[in-house]
Amino acid sequence: MSTSTNSRHSRESATAVVGSPQSRRPRTKPFNWRRAGAWILVVTAVVVTVAPFLWMLRTALSSNHSLASNAGNLLPADFSWGAFQRVFGLQSPEQAIAEGGSGADINFWLYLRNSIIFATMTTAGQVFFSAMAAYAFSRLRWPGRNKVFAIFLATMMVPPIFTALPNFLMIKNLGLLNTFAGLALPFMFMTPFAIFFLRQFFLSMSREVEEAAMLDGAKHLRIFFQIVIPNAAAPLATLALLTFIGQWNEYFWPLLVGQDESVRVLTVGLGVFKSQSPQGAPDWSGLMAATLVAALPVLILFIAFGKKVVNSIGFSGIK
Amino acid sequence: MTTLAKQAEPAALPQPGKPAKFGIRRIGDLKIALLFIFPAMIGFVLFFLVPTIRGIYLSFTEYSILGDPTWIGLKNYTTIFSDDLFWNAMAVTVQYVALNIGFQTVIAIGLALLMHRVAKSTFIRGVLLLPFLVANVIVALLWFWMLDYQLGIVNEVISWMGLPRIAFFGSEQWAIPTIAFVNVWRHMGYTALLIFAGLQSIPNHVYEVANLDGASPTRTFWSITMPLLRPVLALVLVVTVIGSFQVFDTVAVTTQGGPVNASRVIQMYIYQKAFGESDFGYASALSVILFIILALVAFIQMKFLKGNETDLD
Repeated sequence: MSTSTNSRHSRESATAVVGSPQSRRPRTKPFNWRRAGAWILVVTAVVVTVAPFLWMLRTALSSNHSLASNAGNLLPADFSWGAFQRVFGLQSPEQAIAEGGSGADINFWLYLRNSIIFATMTTAGQVFFSAMAAYAFSRLRWPGRNKVFAIFLATMMVPPIFTALPNFLMIKNLGLLNTFAGLALPFMFMTPFAIFFLRQFFLSMSREVEEAAMLDGAKHLRIFFQIVIPNAAAPLATLALLTFIGQWNEYFWPLLVGQDESVRVLTVGLGVFKSQSPQGAPDWSGLMAATLVAALPVLILFIAFGKKVVNSIGFSGIK
Repeated sequence: MTTLAKQAEPAALPQPGKPAKFGIRRIGDLKIALLFIFPAMIGFVLFFLVPTIRGIYLSFTEYSILGDPTWIGLKNYTTIFSDDLFWNAMAVTVQYVALNIGFQTVIAIGLALLMHRVAKSTFIRGVLLLPFLVANVIVALLWFWMLDYQLGIVNEVISWMGLPRIAFFGSEQWAIPTIAFVNVWRHMGYTALLIFAGLQSIPNHVYEVANLDGASPTRTFWSITMPLLRPVLALVLVVTVIGSFQVFDTVAVTTQGGPVNASRVIQMYIYQKAFGESDFGYASALSVILFIILALVAFIQMKFLKGNETDLD
């Protein structure tokens, strides 16, 4: 409901701008200092936001030893693909050390694979199971429904660190430390936020088709899979995207239960990479190349679906 | 948020005449509902409810992972009360929250106004949101490099201007402001978007009237925008303050609590107690206290800012 309003708003904003009194005013004046000042602020904010990313790229394309002598140079210092080669394990340890790396194997591909498995597992489970629960909380009538929902919502207040310690103990007791199951389980079934988010949509959906289907004798499972899910494809996709990005960036829980190489995700791997630097100067080029590649999937998703994310943030409100 | 809930409510109400169709089945769709919430219920019980109860229980015990927890009553709490490191952690955390939320909120309100009045394109909103989508760890590493004492570009610029270099992460006085600033950079666009959504809900005619009355932009901002924005702002503050209290990733990747104790925020302290010193009982008591503080902060903010009421009705 709100997405449609939002996107409609942005689509029509061009016409709205002309029509609204506030924006008509500047057009009649030859030059508006206030407006010019405002645009300078906008440009400053954009530069402050984007410049660090460009600096990341610039450093990644520099050769590590030249960084010191070219610290203030805006272009890559002594342009080299070496940092990326180190990250992807394309350099021999000797060559890596010669170029300022630690020479240690960082298994970037493995961490990348682990991040993909972890984020995909948790996103798929969380969105699907939360959608089922949201259906029960919005379209079905049963005694205690609102009470149970309120209790679910209340857990949004519990800080993650509070449940992290006992959850760690449980995962440990189950023998699931350093397994994907251990990493994913606490996120896989639901989050109060996901249920809340989807419930809002399901409540606003028209019941007419559903009631017609009900008269046809369609069972709830069929209604859920063939009517509700297809109709809620947009909010489900938005939620999945937000969840995936969040899980891709998750650090604390994988740090607790996924220290082992075989399940280590990118965020944890980057922390290790940083502390692996030999005595003295860290391998800044290598580190920046690694962070850049680690951020890339999110950046690509964002470029592809950015509008959806941007428009969804207003109404999702709490997250 | 509040408006959304209100709009959505009517659909949730049982339609008159509907229950009659199901006749005597007063339990409604209970059976099928249980099936639908079963997976979420497992997750809720196993990973939210049980850990919450267990966390509270553990806070009254001495427990080092090995062996069984031993009940020691309130001893953890009395120890915490006279634990200098705990008070230090609280002071550091509060300092961080004040700097982080203060700057972030003011900047975000400014950006939201710009998004609303001047730069209306989704593209600019998207660009400003970018840092929020990148992992904390990545943002921390990026700034760790840019703020490096020797080679960082920021110190390069500072010394180019003839000022002394600053050990941003390495000095006791700068560590917390630096970490607070890094997270302001990451969150300002996101917070601005939340506030922007609030601005959009203020009806245009209110501004038109103010305009006709000849109110100055400053006057309009303080007398119309801010009061009408209050419910949204209250929610945004509750969410960001609670998040801010739980800062961890940035600290873990950059200073790890140092230098000395200068940036050992509360969550870092809990983490070190539990996983560094295997003192799970004490760490649990610390997180109970954090939990209580967060609940109080949320409660006071909602009360004080009347976040669940709107002036528009």
